[in-house]
Amino acid sequence: MNQTQHALPLEAKSPFELRVNLSAGMPETDVRTALATGDMGFLHSFTTGSTVDGPGVRVVGWTTGCQFRCLYCHNPDTWTMSNGIPVSLTRATEELRKYRHGLAAMSGGFTLSGGEPLMQDRFVVKLLAAAKKMGIHTALDTNGAFGARLSDADLENIDLVLLDLKSWDPELHRRLTGMEVGPVLNFSGRLAAHRIPIWVRFVLVPGLTDDTENIAQIARFSANLGNVQRVDVLPFHQMGRFKWKELNLNYTLGDVQPPGTEAVEHACALFRGVGLKAY
Amino acid sequence: MLDISQVPSSITSHAPGYIDRPNEIVVGLQTEAPLKRAIMPNGGFRMVLSALKAYGYDPDPQVVEIFTKYRKTHNQAVFDAYTADVRRCRSSHILTGLPDSYGRGRIIGDYRRVALYGVSRLIEQKQVEKRSLDSAMSSEDVIRDREELSEQIRALQELQLMASTYGFDISGPARDSREAVQWLYLAYLGAVKEQNGAAMSLGRTSTFLDIYFARDLAAQTITEQQAQEIIDDFVIKLRIVRFLRTPEYDELFAGDPTWITESIAGVGDDGRSLVTKTSFRFLQTLYNLGPAPEPNLTIWYSPRLPDGFRNFATKVAIDTSSIQFESDEIMRGALGDDGAIACCVSPMLLGKQMQFFGARANLAKCLLYAINGGRDEITGDQVGPTGGVKDEYLDFNEVRDKFERMMEWFAGVYVNAMNIIHYMHDKYAYERLEMALHDYAPLRTMAFGIAGMSVVADSLSALRYAKVRAIRDDTGLVIDYQTEGDFPRFGNNDNRVDHLATWIVSTFMGKLRKYPTYRNAVHTQSILTITSNVVYGKSTGNTPDGRRRGEPFAPGANPMHGRDTHGIHASAASVAKIPYRDAADGISLTATFLPEGLGRVAEDRITNLRSMLDAFFSVTGYHMNVNVLNRETLLDAMDHPENYPHLTIRVSGYAVNFVRLTREQQMDVINRTFHGEQVTL
Repeated sequence: MNQTQHALPLEAKSPFELRVNLSAGMPETDVRTALATGDMGFLHSFTTGSTVDGPGVRVVGWTTGCQFRCLYCHNPDTWTMSNGIPVSLTRATEELRKYRHGLAAMSGGFTLSGGEPLMQDRFVVKLLAAAKKMGIHTALDTNGAFGARLSDADLENIDLVLLDLKSWDPELHRRLTGMEVGPVLNFSGRLAAHRIPIWVRFVLVPGLTDDTENIAQIARFSANLGNVQRVDVLPFHQMGRFKWKELNLNYTLGDVQPPGTEAVEHACALFRGVGLKAY
Repeated sequence: MLDISQVPSSITSHAPGYIDRPNEIVVGLQTEAPLKRAIMPNGGFRMVLSALKAYGYDPDPQVVEIFTKYRKTHNQAVFDAYTADVRRCRSSHILTGLPDSYGRGRIIGDYRRVALYGVSRLIEQKQVEKRSLDSAMSSEDVIRDREELSEQIRALQELQLMASTYGFDISGPARDSREAVQWLYLAYLGAVKEQNGAAMSLGRTSTFLDIYFARDLAAQTITEQQAQEIIDDFVIKLRIVRFLRTPEYDELFAGDPTWITESIAGVGDDGRSLVTKTSFRFLQTLYNLGPAPEPNLTIWYSPRLPDGFRNFATKVAIDTSSIQFESDEIMRGALGDDGAIACCVSPMLLGKQMQFFGARANLAKCLLYAINGGRDEITGDQVGPTGGVKDEYLDFNEVRDKFERMMEWFAGVYVNAMNIIHYMHDKYAYERLEMALHDYAPLRTMAFGIAGMSVVADSLSALRYAKVRAIRDDTGLVIDYQTEGDFPRFGNNDNRVDHLATWIVSTFMGKLRKYPTYRNAVHTQSILTITSNVVYGKSTGNTPDGRRRGEPFAPGANPMHGRDTHGIHASAASVAKIPYRDAADGISLTATFLPEGLGRVAEDRITNLRSMLDAFFSVTGYHMNVNVLNRETLLDAMDHPENYPHLTIRVSGYAVNFVRLTREQQMDVINRTFHGEQVTL
């Protein structure tokens, strides 16, 4: 990697901070080469010591680029790939290598999240393979829509999928995310067939996703997969509101209050009702 | 309003005191009433006078006469011998916290010896030690040793007398668990009646006491509940130890600390765990009596400790934020398995080692002196040697070389001050009883301290990796810095800057070692500030890392707040790089967690925190202060952000500095973290 890359402040910022145009100057052809080879990726940020992105204590990398436009997204600056820092596969691998012993001691691992990591599927596959090679447990946090980009061989490098299920209803899914639910469900089935464990992540948004029937359908679907180990019900919050504002995006949930304990418990109960572990 | 006794305190100065005599299991108070503070003028009479004044007391004229006319104190003696350099460094605050006006502390008597052997046997042993010097020529050292041994014997006799006023004959060994706790406590009580040392630590008593408890339980002479009650009452007594200090002192250390540190657990040299039921009983006091900072329960942590104990200790940390963890592997490697912590992070072998402690060197200020050729960046006064930087843009190599030379001068002043202080403390405020509970001729260390490590590391990093322009006032004094470009910050597991931090520590240690110490003490240093990082920051000007004048430093070896942006694992990894061999008196890391930041589910939190401790202490991590915050803390942080500069919270997808959030976001965090409890403000 050249000097400019080395000087890029991969270490400088936290996920909370707004990041824009960090790779804006990069020639289009370089971006395309990067995406095709996976030798370079675009990262919003990374952190260590996470206990909320999979089992144990983990390193988490957030990629930029997402095909969904979720109304309740808390990191809309990760939608655009050019907002991220270009990071070479070698550099990312070396950074991860520093933590391999600690991650093993903490029954943790490495989680790639986003954005939507599979927007950069070759980079994701190569980085997760490198992690596996170092003996690090791997998790992919994905909306699942680009699951078809992963070959069966690619799946072997993924120990766990954190699958973000937004809605069962195709119409609601379109409204929430701007995209179809079909590919998500197909990918879920494929993971089940390959017996790759899934943790379902479900964001509970009052007035949008909290309809009992919607939750119950997701719960039934998840239970039927047979490989869902756990469900995280994530209460909607307003921490991302400022990012929408600064990016001049139209945020429609400005007045929505985070769900109360009861609502969260109700959602958990629906998942538990079909035999799933839910928190 | 404090209750103060103006009878100068000694082992036998006050009549027996009780809280509630019929219901007490372990007895003994510093004065005749609980929380009544005594004066201890030997350390310094000025401090006594200003404390009395601050709390509205007129000093007893007779005491004033004695300590101004007839009896010289440590404080006066030190100032008789201070050099001009020491005085200048003291007033400019580049050197702060010198124990020159009160007790030095950080000496741990082996209080177990009183329970195990009884006082008569200890006196006999001291007499043997003293006689062994009869054949030695009376050099200054030998004369001092003989006098000290005589004083130690006298102190043991006084201890016996004090115990008898409570109705105990402690000349022989304790016979059961209650006596063992009582004997041990009386020995400790004697020490805190005689000395108001900055830290009056207890040692390593729980595992020792367990032998008595185990025997009594086996003989069915006590029940488990009674055993717990004895420990609870012992801990109550420790919690009410008080010293008369000035309000300024208490402000510096945020409260009224006594650092009654008790070292718990660890692994024996033979590989057996030192965890006993009494280790659990000590931790259990935090539930039975509620969380409290004293006694300062310190776990000698090793991944090799039993699972049940590690889980329980982790649970206690999460529930109470009242315990700290230190590396058993590192300290046992250095000292063997019978060490204890004095104060916060200073390890020593019990009864065989003591330390001369004092102050901290403000290395951030030292860096500014290097740039300014010895002129103080705030007052402009010439304090250190001349020869500053002339250029507008600061050159890393030039500044580093000048900094190294400034450290060399500064280390000399520091060693000088410490030698004077400890010479005089031995002479005028000798810890007779604590030293009576040591072997003759213990290993002495001289423990120096540094403050501002991460500020200096980041500043040097700015010079090295960005461009830094010096902004001068019309006298040529550099008063500010303009930085162009970015630079790596300490706390992100990035060797480019982490190695600058290790360079600072090792270099300053090397400079200290160049100067001979009083009584040939072994030089050590700690990277520990407790809460004084705030005061050090207050007296330090703008620094090249972008820190503004007056802003606090990070505590201890912590990265500067908000600059370790990649989570606890990266942050702790940076700190773990500080080499223990050059900071053998301890390297302090304070980590703060929100319950939710340790996991979404309560059981996960215990497992995850324990995992973090396992990982940190299985590499070269030395110390971790674990804070797990509760809702009240967050509410307080909203109203007093200045008290919580490092309050970082980690929830799904976010790592944020709590006090930088808008009020609305803070409310959101509070509501979410504590599962939607309604908060009214």
